[in-house]
Amino acid sequence: MSKGTLFDKVWDLHTVGILPSGQTQLFIGLHLIHEVTSPQAFAMLKERGLAVMFPERTVATVDHIVPTEDQSRPFADGMAEAMMQELEKNTQAHGIRFYNVGSGSQGIVHVIAPEQGLTQPGMTIACGDSHTSTHGAFGAIAFGIGTSQVRDVLASQTLALAKLKVRKIEVNGTLQPGVYAKDVILHIIRTLGVKGGVGYAYEFAGTTFEQMGMEERMTVCNMSIEGGARCGYVNPDQVTYEYLQGCDFAPNGEAWDSAIAWWNNLRSDANAVYDDVIVFDAASIAPTVTWGITPGQGIGIDEPVPTADIIPEEERAIAEEAYQYMNLEPGHSIQGTKVDVCFVGSCTNGRISDLREAANFAQGRHVAKGVKAFIVPGSERVKKQAEAEGLDQIFLSAGFEWREAGCSMCLAMNPDKLEGRQLSASSSNRNFKGRQGSSSGRTLLMSPAMVVAAAVTGQVTDVRELI
Amino acid sequence: MVSEVRTVTGRGIPLVGNDIDTDRIIPARFLRAVTFDGLGEQVFADDRAQRGGQHPFDLPHYQGAMVLVVNGNFGCGSSREHAPQAIAKWGIRAIVGESFAEIFFGNCVALGLPCVTADPSVTKHLQERLSANPQAQITVDLETMQVTCEGVVAPVAMGEGSRQMFVAGTWDACGQLVAQADQISATAARLPYVRWSVAS
Ligand code: SF4
Repeated sequence: MSKGTLFDKVWDLHTVGILPSGQTQLFIGLHLIHEVTSPQAFAMLKERGLAVMFPERTVATVDHIVPTEDQSRPFADGMAEAMMQELEKNTQAHGIRFYNVGSGSQGIVHVIAPEQGLTQPGMTIACGDSHTSTHGAFGAIAFGIGTSQVRDVLASQTLALAKLKVRKIEVNGTLQPGVYAKDVILHIIRTLGVKGGVGYAYEFAGTTFEQMGMEERMTVCNMSIEGGARCGYVNPDQVTYEYLQGCDFAPNGEAWDSAIAWWNNLRSDANAVYDDVIVFDAASIAPTVTWGITPGQGIGIDEPVPTADIIPEEERAIAEEAYQYMNLEPGHSIQGTKVDVCFVGSCTNGRISDLREAANFAQGRHVAKGVKAFIVPGSERVKKQAEAEGLDQIFLSAGFEWREAGCSMCLAMNPDKLEGRQLSASSSNRNFKGRQGSSSGRTLLMSPAMVVAAAVTGQVTDVRELI
Repeated sequence: MVSEVRTVTGRGIPLVGNDIDTDRIIPARFLRAVTFDGLGEQVFADDRAQRGGQHPFDLPHYQGAMVLVVNGNFGCGSSREHAPQAIAKWGIRAIVGESFAEIFFGNCVALGLPCVTADPSVTKHLQERLSANPQAQITVDLETMQVTCEGVVAPVAMGEGSRQMFVAGTWDACGQLVAQADQISATAARLPYVRWSVAS
C-alpha cells in the first residue's frame, strides 16, 4: 500500500469518514459541471428534494455542444439549445457560478478552471467528465465521475470512493526536438496498455516532467484516463506556483505564502512508498501516432503499422478489428497516408502553448489541397491571447480555419464532424470508432505539431522533417 | 428507493471483444438530451447498424436477456453515465466480464447494476454456452460470489465495498452522504483553501 505520496496526503486530508460499506467519504474541493452530464443530476436532486450543499464550490461552463462557427442564440440545433437553457436555468436556480458563451471566460471545462487558478495543488476535484484527470497537473487529485455522482457532489460535496493504488511513472531526460508531452503520454499508454492503469492513480515524476511547463503537464495528466488510470498528477513545484500566481482565484497576499508552505508539504516524500514504479527514458520517445481504434494502438512515426504476429495474443482481436476499420496496411509505414481533416484543439492540446507550437509550423506554409484544417482554441481566453499574438493571422494565411472555443471535433456533439470514412489527424485524445462524428470516420491521434505537418503536406508526416 | 441486489437470474447475452468503449455503447450524438429517456433503444447504435441485424442486441433470441457477458476493459473511455443507463434500460440487470473500466464500474454501482469479474476462461466459456443455447439461464450470486450457467459454477469477484453496497441495498450512496453534513463541514473547515477563496 502506498504511503507518503501526495495522493495519500490529499486523500487523508479530504476524508470525511468511512462508510458502512468500507468506502471512504471524500470531500470534493472543486466541482466542475458542464451541459452534458449535469441536467439529469439536477433533476435527481429535485426529485429527492435536496439542495446544493456548497454552491460556491461548483463552477459551470458549456463546451461540448457549443458550435464553433455561428454561436448566435438560439443555437441552430434545437437540442443543443435545450441543453444550454437547462444549464442556464440550473446554475441560476442554485446560485452556481457559470461561464457562459461570450463571458470572456467560457471554454472547455479542463482549460478554463486551470487558466483561472480555480485548479490548485492539494485539492480534490471532480467533474462529470473523464478528462478531469487533467487538473492533476497542479498536484490535485482529480477524477471523472458519472451523473449520479454529480448528484452526490451537488447534494453533499462528497463522494463514496475506494482508495486507489499509486504507481509512479518516472520519465527522465530531455525530449528530442519534435517530441512533445503528447508523444510522452501516447508512448506511456502504448507501453502500459489502455487498461494498465485500472485501479491506479499515476504519479508522473522525473526530470522530463519537471522540465515541462504547466500546459504540457496538463496534456500528460489529461490522457491518464486513456491508460485506464482514473487520475494522474505531478507534484507541485516552482513551475506550478509561477503559473498560478496572479490567477483570478489563486490566493494572494499573506494567503499566498501560507499556500506555498502548505503545497510544499503535500509533495510526495522522498521516501514515499508506491504500489508500483515504472521508469522510461525520454530520449527513446519518438513522435508518436495512433494507427488503430484505441489510444494504446500507437507507434513511433518511424515504425511500421505492427503486423498481427508481433501483437500480444490478447490484443490481437482488437488489432484485427482496427486493421479492418482503419484500412491501414500492417507492416507498412504510416507516413505518407493521405489525410482529409486536420484538427488542432481539445482539452488535451487546445491551450496557448499548443497553438503557439502549431503556428510555428504553419508559418510560411500552406494547407495542402483537398485538406480541411481547423484550429479551435480551448477557451475564450486562449482565443483572445492567440489573437493578441497574431497567431490567428498566421493560421488564416496558411489556409487553416480559425474557430470559436469549444470541444469541437474531439467528439460529435456539435456541428464539427467527420463525414463518411474521412481520415482525421487530430490533437485530441480518443480514436474510438465513430468518435469524431461519422460512424465510419477514422482518427489518428498525434501532437499539434504533427497535425500541422499533416495539414501542410496532406499526409502523415514526421514533423522532424519540417524543423 | 434503495433496494438490495443479492442475485440476478435470467437469460444471458454474450458480447465478444476487448476494450468496448462508451462511444460504442452509446454514441455521443445520443447524449444531446437533458434526460436519460429512450437510451435503451440506442444502445450500441452504430455497432448494430454496421452488423445489419446480426449484433447480439438485435438477435431475436437474446431479447429479454438480463445478464450481459463481456470481455476485458469493458466501458473504457468517457464518464458518460448514459452508457450504463442505456444498457440497463435495454433490460440488463448484471454484467459479467474479465475487467471493467473504473468510471463505468462506479456508474453501474450508482444505478444498482452489478458488474462482476471472472477469469477470462470463464467469460469465454459462458459466451460459448450462451451462443450455443440462448435460452440458458445464468445466475450471478453476490452472496456466494459465483456465477452459474447450465451446471457450470465459477467464482466471480467484486470490490468488497461495492459488494456490500449491493447486498445491503445501499448502492445509492446519496442519502448516506448527505446525512454526514456536520462531518462534511468539519472537513471543509480543516482545508486551508476553503478559506482562501473566492475571487468575485
Ligand atoms: S475536448 Fe473532448 S475530451 Fe475534452 S472535454 Fe471536450 S469532448 Fe471531452
